[in-house]
Amino acid sequence: MPDDFVVAVASGKGGTGKTTIAANLAWAACDSGRKVQYLDCDVEEPNGHIFLRPEITVSRQVTIDVPQVDSEKCTVCGKCGQICQYGAIVCIKESVLTFEQLCHSCGGCFRICSDEAITPKPLEIGTVECGKAGGIDFVSGKLKIGHVRTPTLIKEVKKYIRRECLAIIDVPPGMSCPVVEAVKDADFVLLVTEPTPFGLNDLKLAVGLVRYMNLPFAVVINRCDIGNEDVEKYCEVESIDVLAKLPEDRRIAEVYSSGKIIVRELPEYRNCFLDLAEALKARV
Amino acid sequence: MKIAVTSTGENLDSEVDPRFGRAAFFLIGDPETMDFAAVANENAAGGAAGIGSARLVIDQGAEAVLTGHCGPNAQHTLSAAGVKLYTGVTGTVAEAVELFRSGGLTAADAPSVQSHFGMDK
Repeated sequence: MPDDFVVAVASGKGGTGKTTIAANLAWAACDSGRKVQYLDCDVEEPNGHIFLRPEITVSRQVTIDVPQVDSEKCTVCGKCGQICQYGAIVCIKESVLTFEQLCHSCGGCFRICSDEAITPKPLEIGTVECGKAGGIDFVSGKLKIGHVRTPTLIKEVKKYIRRECLAIIDVPPGMSCPVVEAVKDADFVLLVTEPTPFGLNDLKLAVGLVRYMNLPFAVVINRCDIGNEDVEKYCEVESIDVLAKLPEDRRIAEVYSSGKIIVRELPEYRNCFLDLAEALKARV
Repeated sequence: MKIAVTSTGENLDSEVDPRFGRAAFFLIGDPETMDFAAVANENAAGGAAGIGSARLVIDQGAEAVLTGHCGPNAQHTLSAAGVKLYTGVTGTVAEAVELFRSGGLTAADAPSVQSHFGMDK
């Protein structure tokens, strides 16, 4: 039976190895004949392309609607400023000011304006790129520098999720709105951590988030032989499955730092990722 | 004329709040009579603090603002209403008003800091 599920690779703490796990999982699963899609939702700093080296065939601009005010028609009634919850449009004496970066495109000001003075204007917030990385379907979002509408762009990347394949989402670090948007509706979440006090602290926060969102999840411990035993103890006490462990290995660091795929350069790690892919399949 | 001074407290002996958007209070009043009233700043938490605070002082009828730092959105909003902005002000509110009265302050025509400056304070 072909794969038909979405796995989100998240972490809480940055730099634990989300992209390493996501890209190598994608590569190993594809190499073993499975249909795989990789979606880079870390749109503020996407880096999956460094390892998967896709050939990009389509690049699409993503825009949002922000208000444009026609001062000829505007009677400065102030209703738009009252309805806006984000201070993105404000009536000051005889003029209306707009702050595009604060606008959440709710459309409230267009609708409330009784003078038809406000029209939607497209504002580019980033791009979505699609292509092929070998046999892997590759999708990546890139937020335009200086823009802050991260969840909106992540939503656009996720519209490309295909069914009847193993879809792997590379999630941004942290626990805020972009992470919530990226893991939302995933069939399974992999939380990548490292056995350090920082790793454990942020793992606990991430576990809190996925539990709150009612998402099934398990842990992957990267660089499992550094630090201390606390992460494993925590997982045991909380009955959280640890699906894979990757050791601290200088060769992995070297492969990573030259932008290569571990399972291709160091075949002894191939089974680690194939087992992970199988373990995921058994859980969804 | 009415002016607004960002303040950490409710009276003239309070220190000037170095942040405009996230100031704790605005002391608003007439520098000639020294009759000032404190307005708590509801915009101090949450987003668009600068714009909200600018609206507040504009609605209160202030024609000048004395503060430590002011970001681009607040500066733009104040300037649209013709409110004069004086940044770099320190000391107590009373001292700041006295300096203003004696002509010792120069109006700013640009923001003194980037957006979100006050969030780390």
